[in-house]
Amino acid sequence: MTFRILRLALIAAGALVISWLLMIGLTWLGTRSESFSNVVATGTAQYFSALTIGAIYALIALGYTMVYGIIELINFAHGDVFMVGAFVAYLIFTSLGFGGAIKSIPLLIGILLLGFLVTMVVLGVLGAAIERFAYRPLRNAPRLAPLITAIGVSFILQNVVQVLISNSPVPSPQLVSLEYRFTLLGASVPLLNLLIFLVAVVLMIALQVFVGGTRLGRAMRSTAQDREAAQLMGVNINATIAITFFIGSALAGAAGLIYGLYKGNIVFNLGFDAGLKAFTAAVLGGIGNTVGAALGGFAIGFIEVAAVTTGLSRWQEALVFSVLILVLVFRPAGILGQQIGERA
Amino acid sequence: MTRQRGTVEDSETGATALGSTDRLFDFFGRHRSVAIMAAMLLVAIALPLIVLAPPFSGFNTQGVWIDNFNGAGIYVLLALGLNVVVGLAGLLDLGYAAFFAIGAYTYGLLASSFYGIHVPFWPMLIVGALVAALFGIALGAPTLRLRGDYLAIVTLGFGEIVPVVFTNSDALTNGTNGISGVDRPSLPGIIFGASNPVPFYVTMVVMLTIVLILLYRLQDSRLGRAWMAIREDELAAASSGVNTITTKLLAFALGATTSGLAGVFAASRLVFVSPDQFGFTVSFTILAMVVLGGMGNIWGVAIGAFVVFIVQSVVLKQLTNFLQPLNIPFLSSIDFLQYQFLLFGIALVAMMLLRPEGLFPSSRRRRELHTAQGDDLSSPQESAEPLT
Repeated sequence: MTFRILRLALIAAGALVISWLLMIGLTWLGTRSESFSNVVATGTAQYFSALTIGAIYALIALGYTMVYGIIELINFAHGDVFMVGAFVAYLIFTSLGFGGAIKSIPLLIGILLLGFLVTMVVLGVLGAAIERFAYRPLRNAPRLAPLITAIGVSFILQNVVQVLISNSPVPSPQLVSLEYRFTLLGASVPLLNLLIFLVAVVLMIALQVFVGGTRLGRAMRSTAQDREAAQLMGVNINATIAITFFIGSALAGAAGLIYGLYKGNIVFNLGFDAGLKAFTAAVLGGIGNTVGAALGGFAIGFIEVAAVTTGLSRWQEALVFSVLILVLVFRPAGILGQQIGERA
Repeated sequence: MTRQRGTVEDSETGATALGSTDRLFDFFGRHRSVAIMAAMLLVAIALPLIVLAPPFSGFNTQGVWIDNFNGAGIYVLLALGLNVVVGLAGLLDLGYAAFFAIGAYTYGLLASSFYGIHVPFWPMLIVGALVAALFGIALGAPTLRLRGDYLAIVTLGFGEIVPVVFTNSDALTNGTNGISGVDRPSLPGIIFGASNPVPFYVTMVVMLTIVLILLYRLQDSRLGRAWMAIREDELAAASSGVNTITTKLLAFALGATTSGLAGVFAASRLVFVSPDQFGFTVSFTILAMVVLGGMGNIWGVAIGAFVVFIVQSVVLKQLTNFLQPLNIPFLSSIDFLQYQFLLFGIALVAMMLLRPEGLFPSSRRRRELHTAQGDDLSSPQESAEPLT
């Protein structure tokens, strides 16, 4: 266990350094005329925004990958669950009367913690409820059936938010002031970016510990491997699947809260695009593999930001989806996934 | 299916024992294409007459109704094409609007003053359909070996990329502004115009009739049976000698062809093409139509598409307009158009949970989805298929 964590940490550190250098290189390609120090500064700044966006995608991707791992369903509504998370956080913060940056640090931390807690619990319950009503009755139906209900749920979530809250983008409170910054290699980076990255990493580590080290986590892994055998060993399958949805949706909720803080602007249909990209991330990393999903999320964030720095920002979406198609065609198991045979 | 009813003994005993209506059904049973032509003719004449009657005439004038029917016809075509892919072959295509876009742009580019090329409408119908089919094959060839849900995502990605490409290639396609001034069809002595939707209507009816006949013949052909075999069990189909890759590719190409036809028609009807006409909502709307109508049943899908389109573009709008001046507290303030996707969503979920075979299921599909109840395979459910 310790060895595995050490190895993961080493790989992560290596990937961080390499991607940083890569981003600086790409920035140089995009802005050839500028001086070296400028390129390093811009590249570093871009690198941190890639980490932030990547963290959001990674958190969403975890939900996709966990659900796919356990019931082999592409939870199409997951992107919209993330969107609902952004709106729940928005409602919490505005109803408490916080519309902008909070100056007092202890208050800020308290409000953020409260926000995360409530959003994650609400979204977790929502996710488990969706599973209970839309997917569980179809567990033994043909594979198309739950996929189509998932699309239906996605429509419902979007439309409910659209009708109840707003048809147009809503300014979400940016509680963490962008004035808090740190300087690294000439780049001035908002502290918020680092904070988001750290929160995401903490959540991911917590998930790893939970899945790898607890009784419930073991139940989840065994259900994913072989549902019937797990049931025979005394695992409560329905409860385990519900908990998987709870955790996945709670993570998406956290991602939604973060998204609102970071972008300062949320709209009812943001879940479609984000969900599709996060799904790409999950596939890229190897669907069913939580470490892979995190890795894939960061990779997608990196590709998106790199597209901007190299002047291809209009092709961002096309680039991400091309990556998706290429990965699926040439390496359907993803970077870290194992080749699994077709299940009838 | 129906052919078995028309065996020699059947018709002979039937001719003596049964009345003339039964003989008519018997005749149509044996000559499906004639039956389709008769049914389409009936529907085509009945629809413009029905809308002159009170509840409908209050909504729109006859001309607007016919124009709405033309719009509905486009979606019926699209749904019929998607039905081949999803309903018959069981491949979930979530980016189907991409082929619609390709068909529309093919016509838009080759029949407008944008490039100064003005190819006539009639050959372009075939060209547009072929170009869409080529793209269908190009997308299908590398991706069709993927498992079902991965395929869904790849097609979704493709459906997203195509409008992005049309948006970003300013020089080639005029970007977000799209192409305006697309040519209308022309025939000597007949004017196709915004104020005169009847020629479009006739064209659409003829196109639909041809497509319906072809699809029915295909469905009962060796290829159609291969599609259904793949849908039901790909592994078993492959081991029974079905070339799954080619068969699936043909389903994709055929679906794209129909979509391309619809695209050419749509472009000439609106005289305008732009990337935002082909977003993912279009793909999902078509999918909802197919699912609601009953995957795999050609008439069911056609009726489903027609009803959904009319509900979406006429009923919801009229309901809002109707309720607004009445000052009923809650109801008057609702903009029903806003709830369109909520209704779709609820309908999709409810349909999958309660009646997964759709409103007008194909008998085979119904048996497949209800095998748990141990349905008797020889029960004569086929005769329950609605004809109009």
